[in-house]
Amino acid sequence: MADRLSEVFAALADPTRRAILARLSEGEATVNELAKPFPVSLQAISKHLKVLERAGLIVRGRDAQWRPCRLDPEPLREVATFVEQYRRFWDERYATLDTYLRDLRDQSAPERETE
Amino acid sequence: MMTEQLTVDRMSDTELVMTRVVDAPRELVWACHTRAEHLRRWWGRGNPLDVEIDFRVGGKYRYVEHAADGNAYAFRGEFLEIEAPSRLVQTFEFEGMPGHVATDSLVLTEENGRTTLTTTSRFTTKDDLDGMVSSGMADGAQRSYVALDALLRELSA
Repeated sequence: MADRLSEVFAALADPTRRAILARLSEGEATVNELAKPFPVSLQAISKHLKVLERAGLIVRGRDAQWRPCRLDPEPLREVATFVEQYRRFWDERYATLDTYLRDLRDQSAPERETE
Repeated sequence: MMTEQLTVDRMSDTELVMTRVVDAPRELVWACHTRAEHLRRWWGRGNPLDVEIDFRVGGKYRYVEHAADGNAYAFRGEFLEIEAPSRLVQTFEFEGMPGHVATDSLVLTEENGRTTLTTTSRFTTKDDLDGMVSSGMADGAQRSYVALDALLRELSA
C-alpha cells in the first residue's frame, strides 16, 4: 500500500480535486454544491471525493442522505513541511554556490595594492 | 546580491527538471561541478564534504556530506557524458537507498556573464521517483512541490 504522503501527492495532482479543496477551505459543502462549478457528472465528483477522503484531506458526514464534506488541513501541513525541507535543501546548496562563485570572482579580479 | 529563484517541474512520472541562474560565467560554474576543490566548498551546503572524483567518462565519484545532526549522507555515481563546459551526464545514487539510480543531465547556458543551470533527473521507474520523495531526500520531491504550489495558488486566489 502507498504511504500517506504519496496518497496526498496523488490526490493533489489533479486540478479538479485541488479546486474542490479550495472550495472546502471556505467551509463545508454538499456533493451537489461541490459539483456545481464543474462540467462533469456527480459520479465523477464522487470519485474525486473518494480519492480526497482516502488521502485524509476531507472528512464526510455520517448521514447517507446528507453528507457534507469538510477540509482536513492536517495532511496538507505534512506536505508543506516536507516541501519546505526539500526547497531549503536545494536553496541552501545553490546559495552556497552563489557565495563561492562570488569569492572565486573576487579572488580572480585584478589585485589591488595594499600598504 | 539578489537570490535567484529555483524552479522545479515534474515533467512525467519519471522525469524532473530543475532550473536556477547563477551570477558567473559558465566555465567557472563547470569547474565548480567537476573539480574536487570546488565541490568541497559548496555541494555540502556549508556542511563538511568528502569528495572522491575521477572525472572522465566511465569514472566514478562519491560525495559524503557530514550533517550538523552527526549523520553522514553518501552519494555516488558514474560520469556518462562530458562535453565541457556545457553538458554533463552522470548517474546519481543515494547510498541510503542503494539500487535506485537516477540519471542527471546538467546543461549550462551563458548569457551576459550569467549562467543558467538546467538539471534533468530521470528515474528508472515511477516507484523510484516516489521513493526518493518519501525518503525525504532531495531528488524527486519536485512532484510535491508542483502539486502544492498549484494548490496554494488556487487557495490564495
